Amino acid sequence: MNILIFVLLNLLKVAVVTVIFLMAVAYTVLLERKLVGRIQNRWGPSRVGPFGLLQPLADGLKLFLKEDLMPTAVFRPLFILAPIIALSCALISIGVIPFGENIRWHGVDMFQIADLNIGLLVILGVTSIGVYGIALSGWSSNNKYSLLGSLRSSAQMVSYELALGLSVVGIVLRTGSLRLRDIVNLQNTHGILSWNVFGGFQFVAFFIYLCAAFAETNRTPFDLPEAESELTAGYHTEYSSMKFAMFFMAEYANMITVGCVATVLFLGGWSSPFGNLFPAFGGPLVQALLPVFWFVLKVFSFLFLYVWVRGTLPRFRYDQLMGFGWKYLLPIAIVNVMATSLVLAFHG
Amino acid sequence: MTVPIVWYLILSAALFCIGIGGFLIKRNIITIFMSIELMLNAVNLAFVTFANHWHQVSGQIFVFFVMVVAAAEAAVGLAIIISLFRSRNTLNVDQIDLMKL
Amino acid sequence: MNVAIFILFGLLCLGGAMNLLLQRHPINSALSLIVVMSSLAVLYLLLGAEFLALAQIIVYSGAIMVLFVFVIMLLNAGEEERTHGSRAAYLAGIPGVLALFTVLASTFLTLRISFGGTRLGSFLVTTGDLSRVLFRNLLLPFEVTSVLILVAILGAVVLARKEH
Repeated sequence: MNILIFVLLNLLKVAVVTVIFLMAVAYTVLLERKLVGRIQNRWGPSRVGPFGLLQPLADGLKLFLKEDLMPTAVFRPLFILAPIIALSCALISIGVIPFGENIRWHGVDMFQIADLNIGLLVILGVTSIGVYGIALSGWSSNNKYSLLGSLRSSAQMVSYELALGLSVVGIVLRTGSLRLRDIVNLQNTHGILSWNVFGGFQFVAFFIYLCAAFAETNRTPFDLPEAESELTAGYHTEYSSMKFAMFFMAEYANMITVGCVATVLFLGGWSSPFGNLFPAFGGPLVQALLPVFWFVLKVFSFLFLYVWVRGTLPRFRYDQLMGFGWKYLLPIAIVNVMATSLVLAFHG
Repeated sequence: MTVPIVWYLILSAALFCIGIGGFLIKRNIITIFMSIELMLNAVNLAFVTFANHWHQVSGQIFVFFVMVVAAAEAAVGLAIIISLFRSRNTLNVDQIDLMKL
Repeated sequence: MNVAIFILFGLLCLGGAMNLLLQRHPINSALSLIVVMSSLAVLYLLLGAEFLALAQIIVYSGAIMVLFVFVIMLLNAGEEERTHGSRAAYLAGIPGVLALFTVLASTFLTLRISFGGTRLGSFLVTTGDLSRVLFRNLLLPFEVTSVLILVAILGAVVLARKEH
């Protein structure tokens, strides 16, 4: 009986997290359209529902009801497989991210799906598999724009993965563990002062992570793979209807995942920025939900930054992008790792 | 319920033999290269299995080194393949049988 | 549970490896090899090698195979041609491979009793255990491999560069 409750609770947890995640993806799209609208001095979507709040629903319905075109020259199995790979890789990573304190109910961790010893590596691994979605979509479309987009994208993602991986090494060195809960627990002693980005002196690493994350998720200023002014739409030129929607959702899901990872690694995860400055208030329910609130707030500010950058910066040229990744980010990341380990060796 | 260690070893042997088969039969140089990677993977599985059986970490260290060397080998090998394709315009090993480029 | 996972992913491995052999287009072979490597990662987890499982995914499926797929896409050489050069391989190779497999399998089967069985959790190597051995006892080989990688990077750049 006990094991049945355990399994049911876990399934429930996975379902709830997935639904909330997908809702968050839909509303990130709205957030982006609203914010970019404001930056460009216009309203953004405002017709569907109050303040345009039902716009994601309308978008989803539209994409779902559109005709699913299958171009004649495509390589069919891979053409269908590619968006599935992209979306599923984007959705898996959320499974290892902790949202709140380790509060157990019937032996089930309430605020994390799976607490793994190697959680950080799982996220890096899933990100590296995600490249195939884009690479295969471009190749199987049999279209020169798609192929160019996906060639650019695979080269870009593989190059920036190195910088991304090296930027988090400093934090792993500080924590001595790859478990995401350990990483957060190290940061929640003195509020904002003990966050890795400030107290851990990892701001250089944070900057590298930020650049690499923008490149990994193919967002402006590194959105070369879908640069619409030169490649029509890049790797998803030939896609329509639900298959296009899957790529679209994958992009925004990746944004949220990157935001969650940045929050956990650099911004103290679910810990409050004030530390123990204020005495605990409210009942146990408030105490359990307050960390989740901080977590969501941090992820939200990260997404805000994403959209802000998109509204502000122009696109890089391809050779500039590669040069930036290999000549600047990678050496700086290596220097950061060396500096962190030297400091830890003499003071740690 | 335990899995017999021997099953892992037989799986590893089967993968290794399929790798040799691919190496001999395939004509595309990239696929031949992939067969070599398959053989390396099969050996890795055997290493991890023995590490598990003898409760030794060194078996896994071997796999670690094999992975590193395989990465280096793949980079150089694919670079050779690219320069070969540039000069010969084919990937068929039967047409790449001269000693010079 | 252990047995079910082993059989599922073992069959995936074998199926992927056979598919690599049977497909004519290199990109299909590359994809089946990715399936093999990812299922091997699951088997590593089952054998208690958690770091290696993820290293397998990151290094093999995520980096090496992306390189392969990238090169296949770049060269876009199309399907493999059938030529006569492979006849000798068919005649001598396949019986040889089968014989090798029989020898290996029968050797392993005779050792069946002494090897015994394993299960998830009977032996777990954490990242800490692995790095302790790697950085204390095997530091020199580790450093030498990093030099090897550096040489390989230089070699790859020189080889793949276009001549002017």
